[in-house]
Amino acid sequence: MGDIAIRTHELTRDFGSLRAVDRLSIEVPTGAIFGFLGPNGSGKTTTIRMLLGLLEPSAGRAEVLGYDTKTQPDQIRLRAGALLEHHGLYERFSAWDNLEFYGRIWRLPRRERHARIEELLRRLDLWDRRHESVGRWSRGMKQKLAVARALLHRPRIVFLDEPTAGLDPVAAASLREDLASLVRQEGVTVFLTTHNLAEAEKLCHAVAVISKGKLLAAGHPDELRSRAGVRAEIAARGVDDAALAALRARPEVHDAGYRDARLTIELRPGAELAPLISLLVEAGVRIEEVRKASLEDVFLTLIEEEKRCSPTC
Amino acid sequence: MLADVLTMVWKEWKELLLSRGGIRGGLISTVGIPLAMLGVYLPWQNGPEWVTTPLLPAAWSWLPLLLVGALVADSFAGERERKTLETLLASRLSDRAILVGKIAALVGYGWGLALSSLVLGTITVNLVHPQKTLLLPGGNTVAVIVVFGLLTSLLAAAGGVLISLRAASVRQAAQINSLALMGLILGAVGLGKTLPPVWYARVAAAFTPPNLLRTEILLATAFLVIDAALLAAAALRFQRARLILD
Repeated sequence: MGDIAIRTHELTRDFGSLRAVDRLSIEVPTGAIFGFLGPNGSGKTTTIRMLLGLLEPSAGRAEVLGYDTKTQPDQIRLRAGALLEHHGLYERFSAWDNLEFYGRIWRLPRRERHARIEELLRRLDLWDRRHESVGRWSRGMKQKLAVARALLHRPRIVFLDEPTAGLDPVAAASLREDLASLVRQEGVTVFLTTHNLAEAEKLCHAVAVISKGKLLAAGHPDELRSRAGVRAEIAARGVDDAALAALRARPEVHDAGYRDARLTIELRPGAELAPLISLLVEAGVRIEEVRKASLEDVFLTLIEEEKRCSPTC
Repeated sequence: MLADVLTMVWKEWKELLLSRGGIRGGLISTVGIPLAMLGVYLPWQNGPEWVTTPLLPAAWSWLPLLLVGALVADSFAGERERKTLETLLASRLSDRAILVGKIAALVGYGWGLALSSLVLGTITVNLVHPQKTLLLPGGNTVAVIVVFGLLTSLLAAAGGVLISLRAASVRQAAQINSLALMGLILGAVGLGKTLPPVWYARVAAAFTPPNLLRTEILLATAFLVIDAALLAAAALRFQRARLILD
């Protein structure tokens, strides 16, 4: 198995005539935070369920930590933590009791269990409210507690299914920050599904984009950006026809346009932006702001391409 | 396995006690009130007959059926409704530990409460209606209550869990469970009323010495077979993938 925590080969899952996951082949390096991106209904949750051995694939295979999801699901669940689509907390229980229950499930010895619960609750700023019923908590606090539950037994891999979905921006940012620091400290492999691209960009070492169950692209966010041939937006003054023509003449430029003091450059895959900025400055253009394409642009481009291409590709 | 089952029992009982919002309210409604009714109030009102009536084994053997029947609908349908089931299924617990844990918690509650109320009722009768000697149920009566109490608890728990596994909601599970219990009780009563006199006499003879022990063993075996069949059906129905997709 080596350095690969998750390996899927042509993983497929059908629900009747609907193909939820379509010949998915990915590799997730050990210790990485892997973002699994896709719009709603793209097959992210089904993939997690198959990786945890909760659903059997219709075809193909998957290994998690070297264990086959179909024949050794118990071994996987023994070593994994999960925050699934719903937080899964017992709302009548206190935070302490929720963690106590899962600590007992993972057979953590009493003293170690209590120390670990305290450590996690303190780190997530939930310690002072540990005896309150979780049902009275905000969604953000519940999600934090669910993250603590997923990490309680120090798993080697954690599956997080849209952990910040439905949270307000402040709560989402706070959870993201806590998540990043916890994961860094615990050194755990994370398989994170999200449709929040900013989140993936901030947290993930590698990402895969999935739509309608099909893998559209995979790699480091920067790699994806350059591979997709995306766009840059530049707030600039003094862009005349000559400067625009010079820009369009460059081989790495697919298209360029100027409107309302905004210069938009569509780059070919792998193109560098820096030489084009130099060219513009030499042509007397005053540059005020450069916004390179975000992962969101890459994502939207890929989804758009997939729509255009489907069903012929 | 045993540790996992006990963990599930701990969780189930804690949830039961917290069902009224707090431990105190839960203790009062799920343990205090039944014990007060069956262990204090009714024995007090009925006097020595409460302990000496020949109907005692029959009544106390069926009691767990009602106690467990009131709670069992929530077992899986409740977890599904409150969206805690998938996380539980994603844990390291085995299918068997989850299923046995839930059934054990219900059986422990129904059986335990029935036996405790019998003990408390006996104490109440002896305190409130003192006789020259201590009033105690006979050895055979106690044995019947212990054995049949366990078997009927198991019947209600295994049957109810099977219904709860298949039901779309707690309400649906509770409705089906109530209908099944009602059918069982009314069926037994109706059968008794419609029996021809010759058959009635035979049944009555079967429940009196010297045939009583044989009848009890036969009945216990029948219950055991039904319980085992229901447990097997529940184990067969408990499939992670199916529960997730439901």
